[in-house]
Amino acid sequence: MTDWIDIAPLENVPKRGARMVKTAFGCVAVFRTGEDEVFALDNACPHKAGPLAEGIVHGKSVTCPLHNWVISLETGQAQGADEGRVATYPACVENGRILLDRAFLKARVAA
Amino acid sequence: MTQKLIVIGAGMATGRMLEALVEADADYDITLINGEPRGNYNRIMLSPVLSGEKTFDEIVTHDDEWYKLHNVKTRFGCFVQNIDREKRTVTTDAGEALAYDKLVFGTGSNPFMIPLPGHDLEGVIAYRDLEDTQRMMDLGPDHKCVVIGGGLLGLEAAAGMAARGVDVTVVHIMGHLMERQLDEAAGYLLRKALVDKGIAVKCSANSKEILGEDGRVKALLLDDGTELPCDLLVMAVGIRPNVKLAQGCGLAVGKGIHVDDQMVTSDGDVLAVGECVEHDGAIFGLVAPLYDQAKVAAQTLMGEQTQFVQKKLSTKLKVTGCDLFSAGDFADGEGREDIVFRDPGRGVYRRLVIENNAIIGAVMYGDTADSNWFFGLIRDKTDITEMRDTLIFGPAYQGGTPLDPLAAVAALPRDAEICGCNGICKGQIEDAIAAGATDLGTVRLTTKASGSCGTCTGLVEQVLAVTLGDEFVMPAAAAICGCTDMTHEDVRRMIKSQRLTSMPAVWQECGWKTSCGCHVCRPALNFYLLADWPLEYQDDPQSRFINERKHANIQKDGTFSVVPRMWGGITTPDELRAIADAADKYMVPTVKVTGGQRIDLLGVKGEDLPNIWADLNAAGMVSGHAYSKGLRTVKTCVGTDHCRFGTQDSTGLGIKLEKELWGSWTPHKLKLGVSGCPRNCAEATCKDIGVICVDSGYQVSIGGAAGMDVRETELMVQVATEDEAIDVIKAVTQLYRENAKYLDRIYKWMGKVGLDWIKERVEAEGPALVDRFELSQSIYRRDPWAEHAQTKADRYQPLANLSLEAAE
Repeated sequence: MTDWIDIAPLENVPKRGARMVKTAFGCVAVFRTGEDEVFALDNACPHKAGPLAEGIVHGKSVTCPLHNWVISLETGQAQGADEGRVATYPACVENGRILLDRAFLKARVAA
Repeated sequence: MTQKLIVIGAGMATGRMLEALVEADADYDITLINGEPRGNYNRIMLSPVLSGEKTFDEIVTHDDEWYKLHNVKTRFGCFVQNIDREKRTVTTDAGEALAYDKLVFGTGSNPFMIPLPGHDLEGVIAYRDLEDTQRMMDLGPDHKCVVIGGGLLGLEAAAGMAARGVDVTVVHIMGHLMERQLDEAAGYLLRKALVDKGIAVKCSANSKEILGEDGRVKALLLDDGTELPCDLLVMAVGIRPNVKLAQGCGLAVGKGIHVDDQMVTSDGDVLAVGECVEHDGAIFGLVAPLYDQAKVAAQTLMGEQTQFVQKKLSTKLKVTGCDLFSAGDFADGEGREDIVFRDPGRGVYRRLVIENNAIIGAVMYGDTADSNWFFGLIRDKTDITEMRDTLIFGPAYQGGTPLDPLAAVAALPRDAEICGCNGICKGQIEDAIAAGATDLGTVRLTTKASGSCGTCTGLVEQVLAVTLGDEFVMPAAAAICGCTDMTHEDVRRMIKSQRLTSMPAVWQECGWKTSCGCHVCRPALNFYLLADWPLEYQDDPQSRFINERKHANIQKDGTFSVVPRMWGGITTPDELRAIADAADKYMVPTVKVTGGQRIDLLGVKGEDLPNIWADLNAAGMVSGHAYSKGLRTVKTCVGTDHCRFGTQDSTGLGIKLEKELWGSWTPHKLKLGVSGCPRNCAEATCKDIGVICVDSGYQVSIGGAAGMDVRETELMVQVATEDEAIDVIKAVTQLYRENAKYLDRIYKWMGKVGLDWIKERVEAEGPALVDRFELSQSIYRRDPWAEHAQTKADRYQPLANLSLEAAE
């Protein structure tokens, strides 16, 4: 069973934007698309660990601010000619609040 | 038995006729007589020869070898003295008598010379043949020339000579140039373009007398007493069919030599083609009908039934370097409406004249790419009710379909005329491609499309691209990104002309292929929108690169650098103490002096940004915008304050400039420098905008670079006072903001539009540019650090801290 943690109200993340969530084992970037979907990914580009939460969000992708790698928010996969993948975590919006999955964040510890 | 054919005149029409005869292997023994001491050449191309773009050899259409190969006997530099139609003989001025079975007149036209007093002086010439062209080419730079006549020919002569460094004045009797082809607005743009080329233009000017000295032309005197000195005077006021010879031998002649639909004159054995003929009351000056006549004449000579039909004509003209198009009727009139599109920045003007829901006339200047489409609508009297809203933007904007630049060409029917000079339709080009032509050269060779005046070259390339698909690589302008097929220029045009004031409006109206753009197009659109609509458009931080969103430069480890502004590079002990305190407090690992005369704090954590800004604000400092596509620094030297060579207060001017310009967004970063004397210690001449102070004032120059490219600025203007210098710099900055492509530095933009254009715009609308700049600055001339530190600080903190949560 999914054990959701309430993170913050949706409006605290700008449309087509992201915010960073600190965990004991690194940072997770929480993205909000133009359609108000929410995604959570490791806040580190597979290329040179650029902070994805600072990138430009377009469609269901984010462009890394360091060297313009484009990462799919759904799969964490680098798009186009680039190769690499970022870990993704379950995230959802309920009653206007962003929720992340406690179990997955813990799994991160184990990994 | 082989018949004898004599052709008088080696012009473009008879040349084409000879080709048709030779191609069909017609059974004629041909003799070609020409007054000019040479054979057929492309007379339209004399202008490129004059301007130096082409050599005469390149415009010869038939050389000696061709005549020899096809057994055409030639008599060049030879005039016909007499024609005896009874005996069917032609006698030349060399006394040679030649017998004919068929005779063709291609005597062309004579330039009309206004019988002004002095028109027979040495140095008064027409512009008709290679001899005239040579006279103009021989004039040499730094001589003066007056051209009478602001029609196509006169302007070609003027542009050609100006390109050779001759000081040219055009005198035109009418109120605007090319009044028969262009309306006033287009005439105005044309005039401006010519003035930019250094040509003086006098309209509504009546010539009174040509003044001479020792039998040579010295000056042109106008009605109003103005005297225009000149070493050469070119009269290009029109042409008249050359009918003297035809008249002399008793052929029926009106304005020109009368011909019927088969190009036969009043004598069944005598034909006429080209500018010397009159057909159904009309005479002809453009090349397309001449070629049609040539074809008809050849067929008549071979006993084939055919007829010459006059077609409605569009005029696509090329005055060296200016694109013009006109077709149909564009006079004002009752029941007629206009649709007009202007883009002053690019010098583009389009006007459609509508009557009964159909286009009856079109004038285009500056961008004539869609002219064929408009011409088709005029010719076919197409009902335009449905597309009226977007009609003026051309075929690519119709029907709400994706804006594929090739869609318009793809949609053309097979009988759409592509090459007006040669009457080549799209279908013929497609056939040529099907038969193996894969590039422009081959298409030109096999169909002649784009082989005469060359203005349809782009269209022919597009037909190639549409027909061959991927096999043909178009030298096309690049689209902004994968989200659209439109170029930066297209989009800027749409934003201005359609009043698109929001990003969704642009995505919608320009047919974006993605839901919300990408990291390439969004920052560009954000800039274009805020530059064009400072009041209406709200800046979108989410469409900005992180540096501009967080007002600091991201470093490779995700930390940021912080650079407070030091106006003109001047600082104080208090400011330095505050910077030192901040560096200690936020454990800044690196403190560095920048190339722009200020101090960079490198390695600041994202969460600390609002706090360090608040501390720096408290000491009176603001953002240095070291991260922005906007005003960066104004580098200065110490000027008259301390320097024994300084001529002006360069530091003071630098500070003033920085206080006026800071906070403004520009297409790319904008760096200024102000040096107090020509020793140039502030390195002002490699900045985007540089000021060199001199005793008499301030030299403002633009377009320098010292990055991937290194370039020296070019002088834009010298002004006497600081205030003027500041205004000129604001004006050019605004012009750059309104017109440049995103991420073009000034030198790149200048490379595209030219320094002359920039100078002219700044001079013409300087105060308006300054006003628009000030309007924008009323929004953007403020410190983003203070605003973010006070109202958005929480955005810089993590959304949540689960450090404890996850470790449980």
